[in-house]
Amino acid sequence: MSEGALNNQREHTAICFKAFMLKNSTKSNLNLYDHLSRLLTKVMDERPENVVDIIEDMSREVKQELLQDKQSTLRDMPLATAAQLLAEQQRLLFSRRGGDDGEQEEELVETPLPNVSELGFFLEQAGVGLGREEMLRVFLALKQLVDSQPLVRCRLWGKILGTEGNYLVAECEYREGEEEEEGNEETVEDEERDGEPRDDDEEADVVEVIDTLPRSTFKPPPVVPKEENRTGVNKFTYFVCREPGLPWVKLPTVTPTQITAARHIRKFFTGRLDAPIISYPPFPGNEANYLRAQIARISAGTQVSPLGFYQFAEEEGEEEEEGARDSFEENSDFEGIPVPEMAESLSTWVHHVQHILQQGRCVWVNLADKPEDDFEEEADEEEKEEEPDEPDPEVGPPLLTPLSEDAETTNTPPWSSKMSSTLIPQFAIAVLRSNLWPGAYTYASGKKFENIYIGWGLKFAGEGYIPTVPTMPQREYPSGPEITESLDPSLEEEQALKATLEEQRAAQEETEGLGEDEEEEEEEDV
Amino acid sequence: MDSNTLYYSLDLVSGSGLTLSSEQKAALQTSLVILKRNNKFNRVLFWGKILGIKGDYFIAQGVSEDEMTDKKSLYSFNCVDWHLLPPATEAMLAEVSAAAKGRFVGDPSHEYEHTEIRRQGEGDEAVEEEIMIKVKEEKRLASTVHTIDKEVSVVPRGAFIKSPHGLVQTNCSFEGLSSLEAGKLSYFLHFTEPQKLKKKSILEMANLNPSIDFLDPLSEDIPKGSWSLQFERGSTVCVIRSLLWLGLISFHVPMTPQHGYIYMGDGLKNLDLPFML
Repeated sequence: MSEGALNNQREHTAICFKAFMLKNSTKSNLNLYDHLSRLLTKVMDERPENVVDIIEDMSREVKQELLQDKQSTLRDMPLATAAQLLAEQQRLLFSRRGGDDGEQEEELVETPLPNVSELGFFLEQAGVGLGREEMLRVFLALKQLVDSQPLVRCRLWGKILGTEGNYLVAECEYREGEEEEEGNEETVEDEERDGEPRDDDEEADVVEVIDTLPRSTFKPPPVVPKEENRTGVNKFTYFVCREPGLPWVKLPTVTPTQITAARHIRKFFTGRLDAPIISYPPFPGNEANYLRAQIARISAGTQVSPLGFYQFAEEEGEEEEEGARDSFEENSDFEGIPVPEMAESLSTWVHHVQHILQQGRCVWVNLADKPEDDFEEEADEEEKEEEPDEPDPEVGPPLLTPLSEDAETTNTPPWSSKMSSTLIPQFAIAVLRSNLWPGAYTYASGKKFENIYIGWGLKFAGEGYIPTVPTMPQREYPSGPEITESLDPSLEEEQALKATLEEQRAAQEETEGLGEDEEEEEEEDV
Repeated sequence: MDSNTLYYSLDLVSGSGLTLSSEQKAALQTSLVILKRNNKFNRVLFWGKILGIKGDYFIAQGVSEDEMTDKKSLYSFNCVDWHLLPPATEAMLAEVSAAAKGRFVGDPSHEYEHTEIRRQGEGDEAVEEEIMIKVKEEKRLASTVHTIDKEVSVVPRGAFIKSPHGLVQTNCSFEGLSSLEAGKLSYFLHFTEPQKLKKKSILEMANLNPSIDFLDPLSEDIPKGSWSLQFERGSTVCVIRSLLWLGLISFHVPMTPQHGYIYMGDGLKNLDLPFML
């Protein structure tokens, strides 16, 4: 075969194959020839390392790019994503309100705003923190809170993590007399007290029914009265928000029942304040109440200060005879404790928040005492009959007790302390970590100290949490002979009974019906 | 998380409260480079820290050829001097789970003691024998790191590919999940030998891409709700926290290949999880 013919044939095959490659796919309306040329152009343009290894991915990319253009003829409807909404909200944090420049100097002096930047700086050395930008956003959010509420004191308490969202918590104190009572608290208490009257109604209805149902002999234990605002566990008001920039929500005050219930359950926070708490034993209230109860417990357990920073007010010591003094003041002579000493010994740290008693209060209240409040009078009288003896008052450790007296749980010391830096100990700070409430940290440097909690809001469980077992169900009725089922008689017993009955009847007949017709009697018998 | 992007990624996961101090970060950036050279690792990961009562362990992992199986764990107290952890074996895991309880102490030579009563013989001739098991904390650390990796290590789908030779490597063309995908747990995978994949039916397997879907997705974990997926930083970062191992945080920035996980916690498994949901 001549060379020309061979060339010709080759050319012909090539043309045939090109035609094949140019065939459009029935599905995507693409053809291989164009695709390959695009792909190779892309390779030529980009010249990636080791092209052969990633050629498949590039081919896929080329196809994707083609499709994107004609994917849809519908006009784009930009959806407001969560990110954009939040950014809009947070933009307000960064806007400086105009007009009050004159007042600003005055504000600078007496603002209760804490220095969160400083806090962030020290916490970072301790290996704790939310990140610098986030801290600044929190700072601005706190500023927003301080501007909107009449506060004398405000502090970043910490952050509680939840499964769907997190809570930033601010600890505040209202200016004297400016605290509005919200209706929220009343409803919670009402619910607790409502239990008794409702029972009475039910009982009244029940009487009308002929077959009286047994009455419940259960008497609810007396409700421990709530501590007033500004005292005990309700000393401070807490505000929470989900993200800096979103509105701050005031948490309701906490009741002793909530605290005692919170001690028995172990639940994650969800991040929604109105979420119900499904648990056993049942928790009175929703997540906002649970959050507040945990905050109270964490505060009581982990808020500590260097020894000598606070001192008891002098004149008050004489008035109170019980020794449970609940107020203290800053010691102006406090000079600071050397950092190595603070990192070494736990006795240089003291608790400055009152211990919560078993009762759920900081100050013990005698429930057997007749309160002046006539609402609870009835309940208390009944109770007096039952338990006339005075219960022993619970006493917790007094305020400003050193940490070295804290109890160990399951062989775990309650605190770990260290210095923030081993390389430059001269400028290090003392860091204290709670092992009982993982996430609670305290630092101290010279005269400065701060507590923060960032965690799940759960106590260290030690060996593992054992859920409370449900109580035994109450007996439905008292068991007696009239409702006990008797055994069926056996055949012998039945026959014996029949025989005695017949004997009796025979005896009767003899005595009564001597003159009567026997036939009639026989009929009756049948 | 990769030691090269540590500075950037640590900031993204600090929403849970724990981070590293500047001193530790600086020390890590120096020592991990040396660690990589001395041990001939391809990549060095900063794995996290385990809080002990007296001291904290910092854990790093070196990766060789295979991203999933060729890993070596090392620990350090000061972020500078690293010590190799023994590889976790089945026997060691069993020993540790029997003996080690409570918090980590922070001393690798601390010994946990556990007496076990074993019966030998049958019936009346049974002889009770007390066996004392002693476990060093170093072993406990190794097995804890291994277990955490096995149970809760997280990677976004597509970040790693399995080559036809069975080697697991980073996917160069991974461009990140879209923000829609990043909101779903099914797009995040356990970075460990798959347990459930083999049991799937052919119908379920049909849609899987064998080079990408060679891992188990998080969405099939039991109990449901053992993960908390949230968007943070103004919804720009997808953060996944494990509720089974409190302290494990994984992050992924949607539409970028940035991803990683870190464990910062007390090294205790949250066995109470079923009660807490």
